[in-house]
Amino acid sequence: MTIEGESSYLASEKVTSKAAGFLRAMGAVVWKDLSAELRSRELISAMLVFALLVILIFNFALDLDPATRRDPTITAGVLWVIFVFAGTLGLNRSMAVEKDRGCMDGLLLAPVDRSSIYFGKVLGNLIFMLMVEIIVLPIYSVLYNVNLFNPGLLIVILLGSIGYVAVGTLLAAMAVQARTRDILLPILLFPVVLPVILAAVKASTGFLDGSEMELIRPWLNLLIVYDIIFSAVAFMVFDYVVEE
Amino acid sequence: MIKVRKLVKRFGLKTVLRGMDFSVERGEFVALLGPNGAGKTTFLRILASLSRPSMGGVNIAGYRLPDQAAAVRRRLGVVSHLPLLYGDLTAEENLRFYGRMYGVQDLPARVAEVLELVGLITRRRDLVRTFSRGMQQRLAIGRAVLHDPDVMLFDEPHTGLDQDASAMLDAVLREVAARGRTVVMTSHDLARAADLASRFDVISRGVITASVKRDDIEPNNLLAFYRQALQES
Repeated sequence: MTIEGESSYLASEKVTSKAAGFLRAMGAVVWKDLSAELRSRELISAMLVFALLVILIFNFALDLDPATRRDPTITAGVLWVIFVFAGTLGLNRSMAVEKDRGCMDGLLLAPVDRSSIYFGKVLGNLIFMLMVEIIVLPIYSVLYNVNLFNPGLLIVILLGSIGYVAVGTLLAAMAVQARTRDILLPILLFPVVLPVILAAVKASTGFLDGSEMELIRPWLNLLIVYDIIFSAVAFMVFDYVVEE
Repeated sequence: MIKVRKLVKRFGLKTVLRGMDFSVERGEFVALLGPNGAGKTTFLRILASLSRPSMGGVNIAGYRLPDQAAAVRRRLGVVSHLPLLYGDLTAEENLRFYGRMYGVQDLPARVAEVLELVGLITRRRDLVRTFSRGMQQRLAIGRAVLHDPDVMLFDEPHTGLDQDASAMLDAVLREVAARGRTVVMTSHDLARAADLASRFDVISRGVITASVKRDDIEPNNLLAFYRQALQES
């Protein structure tokens, strides 16, 4: 092997080992979050109970008007209110666990790229949010007599959840440093995540009322662009957010 | 092993460290003594790369902070008064998690070895939230030595421990230090520090005001030395 070939081989080995380290740390954070949650069930049960209560409240509130209950705009709006508020509970709890016993310091002391910690937390939070959504959808479907098993709607829910969790995890890492973290997170999060909620509600409505794809596509594109931009921004700034 | 020059740390308008100089040789066990608010924890957090210095230079094991923080972290083990452990994971799961974060080789064997070292091998499958404070602190030391670091930082590790738990912790600390590691420990407890450390530094108002080696002072005179250092600051 020539000197140039050897140095390029070593450089590619370094990149591979860095990527492997990144994935290993990310996987460890996800494994840790899932293992702890499977045992305590604190986060999922809080999110789920809250989501079911909101479904019931809206069910009674819209009880007198069956036509309104099945209106795609109302359905999409109620669904995203449930996902967003239940998701906020989960985000707060997920970061509070790291802060309360000083575990965030334990994570930051590890010799890994700190964005791997962020992406591990994002993946963990996304799994919890999707689990709640998987349970909420059939219950909502039965109570409101609406068919929600539409592949397009499920894609919108996935894209919206990714955007929401990507921004929410970053802001939860900031809010958790404050004494008023429980009220601070929604105040910080909702204005920033407004484009995701708006696009998700519009795209969900479109799929539920069978609109043309040309009308839905701009909202889907907005969701995809938002997901990519905010994941990239979080990747760049997470290190500064968590440092004193 | 550790060299700190003219270290300054400010939080807004408040200056906590005021041009601090500090150095530790390989294998030394330094007890950093000082009253509340002297800057001990802030200083240790900077050494641990958890906080950025406002000014000044920090060099650990030949690597500069904050530029080479990842290389420094690989060589550091940190124990604070909080355990940095997950209550809903078992002792073994906690160590396996941190072992993966540090890329420890042959992890199951290393976890078993560390649990043996801190005397928790029989409780390895118990949830950490069922542990006493003393047991959590011993497991925290296990977490900190898992990747076999050269430098150990202890921030008031005896806080909240009763006499028996403190004595057990001391035994683990001695075992850790006996393996040639460089140790910096902050403490309020002079008797405990006198028992463990090979050097005593007094920090007051963000600077080191006095330093003495164990061989140069009678353990009984440590309190007088400490008081005089505070008076002169």
